[in-house]
Amino acid sequence: MEDELAASITIQGAVWGGAKAFTVTSGPGFSLMMEHIGYAAMTETPCVFVDVQRGGPSTGLPTLPAQADMMQARWGSHGDYGIIALCPNSPQECFDLAITAFNLSEEFRVPVMLMLDECVGHMTEKVIIPDAAAIDVYPRRFTHLPPGEFRLFEPREDKVPDMVRAGDGYRFHVTGLTHDERGYPSMNVDTQRSSVTRLLEKLQPFTGERALSETADLEDAEVVVVSYGITSRVAQRAIDLARQKGVRAGKFRIISAWPFPEKHIAALAPKVKAMVVPELNLGQMVHEVERAAAGRCKVRLVPHAGGTVHNPEAILKAILEAAE
Amino acid sequence: MSEQTLEIPCNIPADAVNPVEPFLRMDRMPHIWCPGCGIGTTVNCFTRALIDSHANLDKVAIVSGIGCTGRVAGYANLDSFHTTHGRAIPFATGLKLANPELQVVVYSGDGDLFAIGGNHFIHAARRNMDLKVICVNNLTYAMTGGQTAPTTPSKVISATNPYGVFEPAFNLVALAEAAGASYVARWTTFHVKQLSRSMEEVLRKKGFCFIEVISPCPTLYQRRNKMGDGLDTMKYYKQASKIRHGAPTAECDLTKSGEIVVGKFVDRDRPSYFEMLNSQMTETLGDRYAEPEVMCEQC
Amino acid sequence: MLTEIRIAGFGGQGVILAAAVIGKARAIFEGGYATMTQSFGPEARGGSSSAQVILSSEPILYPYITRPDILIVMSQEAGARFIPELKPGGILITEQELVRVDHMPAGTRAFGVPATRLAEELGRKMVLNIVMVGFFGAVTSLIATEALRQAVADSVPPASQKLNLQAFEKGYEYGASLIEKLREEGETEMVLSFESES
Repeated sequence: MEDELAASITIQGAVWGGAKAFTVTSGPGFSLMMEHIGYAAMTETPCVFVDVQRGGPSTGLPTLPAQADMMQARWGSHGDYGIIALCPNSPQECFDLAITAFNLSEEFRVPVMLMLDECVGHMTEKVIIPDAAAIDVYPRRFTHLPPGEFRLFEPREDKVPDMVRAGDGYRFHVTGLTHDERGYPSMNVDTQRSSVTRLLEKLQPFTGERALSETADLEDAEVVVVSYGITSRVAQRAIDLARQKGVRAGKFRIISAWPFPEKHIAALAPKVKAMVVPELNLGQMVHEVERAAAGRCKVRLVPHAGGTVHNPEAILKAILEAAE
Repeated sequence: MSEQTLEIPCNIPADAVNPVEPFLRMDRMPHIWCPGCGIGTTVNCFTRALIDSHANLDKVAIVSGIGCTGRVAGYANLDSFHTTHGRAIPFATGLKLANPELQVVVYSGDGDLFAIGGNHFIHAARRNMDLKVICVNNLTYAMTGGQTAPTTPSKVISATNPYGVFEPAFNLVALAEAAGASYVARWTTFHVKQLSRSMEEVLRKKGFCFIEVISPCPTLYQRRNKMGDGLDTMKYYKQASKIRHGAPTAECDLTKSGEIVVGKFVDRDRPSYFEMLNSQMTETLGDRYAEPEVMCEQC
Repeated sequence: MLTEIRIAGFGGQGVILAAAVIGKARAIFEGGYATMTQSFGPEARGGSSSAQVILSSEPILYPYITRPDILIVMSQEAGARFIPELKPGGILITEQELVRVDHMPAGTRAFGVPATRLAEELGRKMVLNIVMVGFFGAVTSLIATEALRQAVADSVPPASQKLNLQAFEKGYEYGASLIEKLREEGETEMVLSFESES
């Protein structure tokens, strides 16, 4: 396509035509795609956006890492809506979580962001690709109702509506305007409240039971390092060093960053002295950690403006200070 | 007009249906367009073209952008998509790529297709993507209050140029031809028969087809420029239009009140996007290339 | 045990491919682990190019190298920039006709190869990177030669596979005979294999 504006909407045309589709970008391209992340959320179009995060703002650091698009991924398009964001930390996870991203987009009918960073994006490691038959694929939720009975945005029990594709005789209408269950524009207070609320509520499971994370050494931990993406690998080295120094450090790696796994963090907070949050930005997900911890433990940011990854020593220092 | 009621003598049976009704979502009527607006006329022509072309309506999809004409998709009883401002063409491109058996029609306005969406228009034409683009050109941004559009002719008074437009306007038919469109025509909403025929013709033609329909916006354009109402505009179209099939598109500029050259300007055969894709891949990859399959879980 | 390797030169020399071959030999053909990261300027040709490979018997966490155990340099600029970072006692491998080494950290074992010239003898200057890989294999004994050979074959287009394997053998033979010569000259410190030192 000619640009990111086009790519980010072409994939949605393709989805309504019956295909699965995704687009990939970095930095300014992600900014250009924001409009259609909102369109995908509003029209409940399952699709995947991959953002390889680089230093910003603007053109920033085109070939160097950052994790500074995390809030943009969540809030970048105007209005209230929800998305899912996943943070791989290796080429293997880029493969595995790309599949997860497609599956979740189909199950919840949302745009799913795969939030890499330049380090993971340009990293080469061994990737084990399973047989296609061994890969779980969540099929599109095509309706079983005939055209006369089907309503395009009538949710099922899980608050997610079933779908159709163009050309199958349903004569349906999709619009980015606030719409009723038929898909017709309905710009009134009640429709706005019920439809926009549902866009957020259908993703509630990701704040708790459906959240994806990786944890280690939490049983006895006094300090927990909460990290994601490439920073989680750097943090692991700091955790190991802290343990060698006798500080009981633990790991909570966020894999599904949005919706934020707030129930997990809230449950962990009273059990620890502190949470240390290293991220390749000057403070983004740390605000979510603070919100979920709600004062029940200290929360300490280890910021980094990007361009490379943290020095593990910087994270170690924060762990040791937090343990005091 | 006085308070007298106009009696139209007719013998319409009670169960009669307007022939265009099956093509419209009657549960969405009345529409939002102003009295005297030309968009409804073009929709009428489009339904006529659908009837005459005997298209399988289950396989026709219509994609609109934002604006007054952007609302057409919502009234057409087809698979229909009301997308974002300027992005109807890339959305339609995705739809066509995923499901090539669909006849994909893009129906939108001049502001949507040629200002914010101008880049997508020239690239889709360059690729000869198999899309039928119908642009209702009312020479202004109507839905937002009559601001200057890239199509607004010189000297016209608009909300953003109260002392007259001084930027040159795009000549849409010349732009379409230069960018590579396979078919380029222009009509006004006065030319309903010819417009229907053109629409029917593009429904049968492969590749990127473009029809510009000059249409009045009595509320914001004609009124502000003291050009009368919808009916006065029809008279102007009738008097000022000149049918010149095959006219060089570069000579078809529009002015505030001058001649309107209409007709079919371009009708050529260029390889379509799919043909170019398949031919290049076959040349490079030979037997290793498999043409993309149409998704078919339900058919 | 982690081995950190940096390969650096200018864009167009095949720095990244050389690093990928070494990583692939360990991760795929020896069943271990390798992580390669790369840094590059905006230039496709002529700018600086540098890749980092970490080899390990266990999964690798921290993705970048801190101080390389082995440095392979193919340009003077890369040498000036990276030789001071070499770990003391580390191995320096140079394209000897492109890099003049004035200073290096104490205890460095340095090996030079005229890789560009050897590649030109094969008719294609562009395979100098694979000559370097062969030479690296011979002087470090870090990775099984067969694993490296397989990685070369697996990483290049079929049409240039034969040429690249020739380049690999050419570099390898040059390195093996250099080691043999050093051993005969009693330079045992130099020929200690990398693995035996660890």
